[in-house]
Amino acid sequence: MRIVEKSQLMSAPEIDRTLQRLAHEIVEKSGGTKNLALIGIVRRGVPLAQRIAQAMQGIDGVNVPVGVLDITLYRDDLSKVAPQAVLRSSDIPFGVDNMDLVLVDDVLYTGRTIRAAMNGLFDLGRPKRVSLCVLVDRGHREMPIEARYVGRKVQTSDTEIIEVRLREIDKEERVVLVDRVE
Amino acid sequence: MLLIKNGRVIDPATKTDASLDVLLDGEKIKEVGPAGKVAVPQGTEVFDASELIVAPGFIDLHAHLREPGQESSETIETGTRAAARGGFTAVCCMPNTRPVNDNASVTRFILDRAKAGGSVRVWPIGAASVGSKGEAIAEIAGMKEAGIVAVSDDGKPIATAKLTRQVMDYCRSLDLPVIEHSEDVSLAAGAVMREGVTSTRLGLRGMPAAAESVCVTRDVQLAELTGARLHVAHLSAKASLEQVRWAKSRGLRVSCEVTPHHFTLIDEDVQYDSKFKMNPPLAAREDREELLAGLADGTVDAIATDHAPHEPALKDVEFDRAPFGILGFETALALALEQLVHSGRIPLMRMVELFTAGPARVLGIERKVAASQPSDLTIFSVNHSWTYHLKESPSKSRNSPFDGRAFKGGPIATVVAGRVVHKQ
Amino acid sequence: MSTKFRDLLALEPLTADELGFLLDQSKPFQEIQKHPLKKLATLRGKTVALAFFETSTRTRISFGAAASRLGADTMNLQAEASSLKKGETLLDTVFNLNAMKPDCLVMRHAASGAPHYVARHLDIPVVNAGDGTHEHPSQGLLDALTIRDRLGTIKNLNVTILGDILHSRVARSNIHLLGKFGCKFTLCGPAMWVPRELEKIAPGTPIRCVYRIEGALEGADVIMMLRVQTERLNDPPLSADDYILLYQLNPERLRRASPKAIVLHPGPINRGIEITPEVADGPQSCVLEQVTNGVAVRMAILYLLISGATETDTHPALQVKSKESANASD
Repeated sequence: MRIVEKSQLMSAPEIDRTLQRLAHEIVEKSGGTKNLALIGIVRRGVPLAQRIAQAMQGIDGVNVPVGVLDITLYRDDLSKVAPQAVLRSSDIPFGVDNMDLVLVDDVLYTGRTIRAAMNGLFDLGRPKRVSLCVLVDRGHREMPIEARYVGRKVQTSDTEIIEVRLREIDKEERVVLVDRVE
Repeated sequence: MLLIKNGRVIDPATKTDASLDVLLDGEKIKEVGPAGKVAVPQGTEVFDASELIVAPGFIDLHAHLREPGQESSETIETGTRAAARGGFTAVCCMPNTRPVNDNASVTRFILDRAKAGGSVRVWPIGAASVGSKGEAIAEIAGMKEAGIVAVSDDGKPIATAKLTRQVMDYCRSLDLPVIEHSEDVSLAAGAVMREGVTSTRLGLRGMPAAAESVCVTRDVQLAELTGARLHVAHLSAKASLEQVRWAKSRGLRVSCEVTPHHFTLIDEDVQYDSKFKMNPPLAAREDREELLAGLADGTVDAIATDHAPHEPALKDVEFDRAPFGILGFETALALALEQLVHSGRIPLMRMVELFTAGPARVLGIERKVAASQPSDLTIFSVNHSWTYHLKESPSKSRNSPFDGRAFKGGPIATVVAGRVVHKQ
Repeated sequence: MSTKFRDLLALEPLTADELGFLLDQSKPFQEIQKHPLKKLATLRGKTVALAFFETSTRTRISFGAAASRLGADTMNLQAEASSLKKGETLLDTVFNLNAMKPDCLVMRHAASGAPHYVARHLDIPVVNAGDGTHEHPSQGLLDALTIRDRLGTIKNLNVTILGDILHSRVARSNIHLLGKFGCKFTLCGPAMWVPRELEKIAPGTPIRCVYRIEGALEGADVIMMLRVQTERLNDPPLSADDYILLYQLNPERLRRASPKAIVLHPGPINRGIEITPEVADGPQSCVLEQVTNGVAVRMAILYLLISGATETDTHPALQVKSKESANASD
């Protein structure tokens, strides 16, 4: 099996503009930044959350806290998908009780990651509200989960993969659609 | 009649190393002569020993055949078949059977069984004390009359210095060697391997080398006191060998044997696997070096296997709980070739001596390839490649650390009383 | 970094990278210990067999808690309740347990190497929870985690171990772990318990044996106490008073070590024998943190072994078998 790149969905400037827009949208719909916190889902949700928080500072002048959540332990597909997956530390340096939390991830697909993330969050306390922000929504949901904030919606087939490459992790910055070819 | 022709006869007893034909007439050797020059009567069977070594029949001074009493581990029939495969024509079996061979009827039972189903000669060793319990002297004279060749409480030492002295005195009068399993049991108590860095690392209880050498020292002193023939079994420690060397320099009638596993493996080879558990345990690197030196310089008189079968059910347990001992017959010659001859440590002549004239001397008998001698011959190769596979062994047990080891040279045919009892 | 662990039998064969990985993997579980809700469902439906062929309370409870907090069920076999006394072999006992289909076997046994022996015959992961006088891997890991938390590093420390080191599986696991991070060891105790051979058990690790506590504590960053086994005080015969006189860790002796030095003890403590209450309860003591970290380390071990193979560096799509995983994060 090989991986073939089919098309580029977003360039670096497009990613940047999208994140700016998402930051504005979140602040607007949340009615400000009070009690607002972002939770980046390991791995690529983390730099995305940090960048959105940075953009928010530009808007509101306020430091919105950013937490890190590794959902590995909360997955429902242990050993089937990512066997003995390396655990990364979760780091949520604030209480979640009564907070307005925005989960941030790169791609929304089946919805299972978000289900796991919510399980993880609720082990920490009882947030007032949890909403979801993703850079790309590629459809094919298997859970009753929708994102409140979406960077871009893309139609995909089952075999295709959306790869979000971020400079913090991948040394390049773009979103591509790749396909698996036998 | 059987003619062994075109072989290279190596006989340390006569210092022979020549291309000779050997004609066997039943129990006795009829004639030994230059290749092609021996007159062969019609109907003589011929064994072509081209490129092979023809040696006097190998003697193993130390083996456990487990019969009577532990037939699930070995019998005289299976054990002697394994011995024949290993090139041995005679094996001395230790008395720690159930019951212990401490009286003439057990001795006669063993000899009867050997006669009925044995592939090679079986020479029983009688217990030194009743039940090998270290209390009263066993029925040694009766056993001698029945056919024992030595006494020993093997598995453990003769319990006390006093009894050892008395057994030595008695055996001197009967002209029997006393074979001693030299071990200070208090120093060795609870130990499962040799004490050293490896035992410390593995967390296995070790016995110090002194557990052996303290006892050898005692026995050498008593041999001097009594003038008895003392033979130190499975000697493993440098300090013990030094005692034997000293005794020999004093002209005492002290001899010793070394096992193939002690001159091949060391304590560092031990893993959590009971096939590395034997007593005496695998010794330190420097002990092995000393044993190799002793094998070369003549201090060591014989290579003996300490063939100690234990059925899988007994041996397949945690290291601490497993009984001591490993199989030895089928790998002895190949290990000797590998460790001693191919490595250049000793000449082939000396190696053959360690399997023939050496052990014969300990027992006070002759062993040579000459007319009117017993027709016992060991025919082996020094260069054919083969691999030891435990699953092919006739032994009932499977406790060997050498399974799957590739060898260069080994037994080809074993002739006992003029009969080929094993042929590769 | 990715590492495949099938069993955890000993720390000696593991590299510094692998050991560091195990410690890092324990961190998320340390955090979970602080959550109001400590129970995960990660190993729901999995079963951990706890086979303790030697009496143990805290290690068994700690592994049990670790399994339960991961959502796994446990099956308990205790030596006294087992059929071992009826003459069943270890292997038969273990095969019987295995027939009940656990996903992992955690075992403690009085014979060194028994878990290695069992692991050769089983296809489920085996965790050594202490074998004879050989190793106690999870204790070594939790000690290292405790040291790293307190001192910020486990590299290049001076570590002093006090007590019966010859018979200590805790000491061996600690030497093999910390030694790979450049720590230097001073082993101190009565000569019968501190044979010179110990200096060579971990080639590359500087180890010295000393017989006076006064010379053992100078410059120490970490002091590890071992429990003085009262039964071993009898063999070889050694009076408890003599041990106290020569080796008891009291505040005055502790002052010889670095002021920042920490004191570890695997428990259970014999107060007034190897350690005085002032030291055991003092600010330098990490005894209770060790116990807390024990659960985290054991959660990490069970998680890693039961969840199977490791993450590899190949493209995520190439490992994919089902749709759920077509995107690495969702």
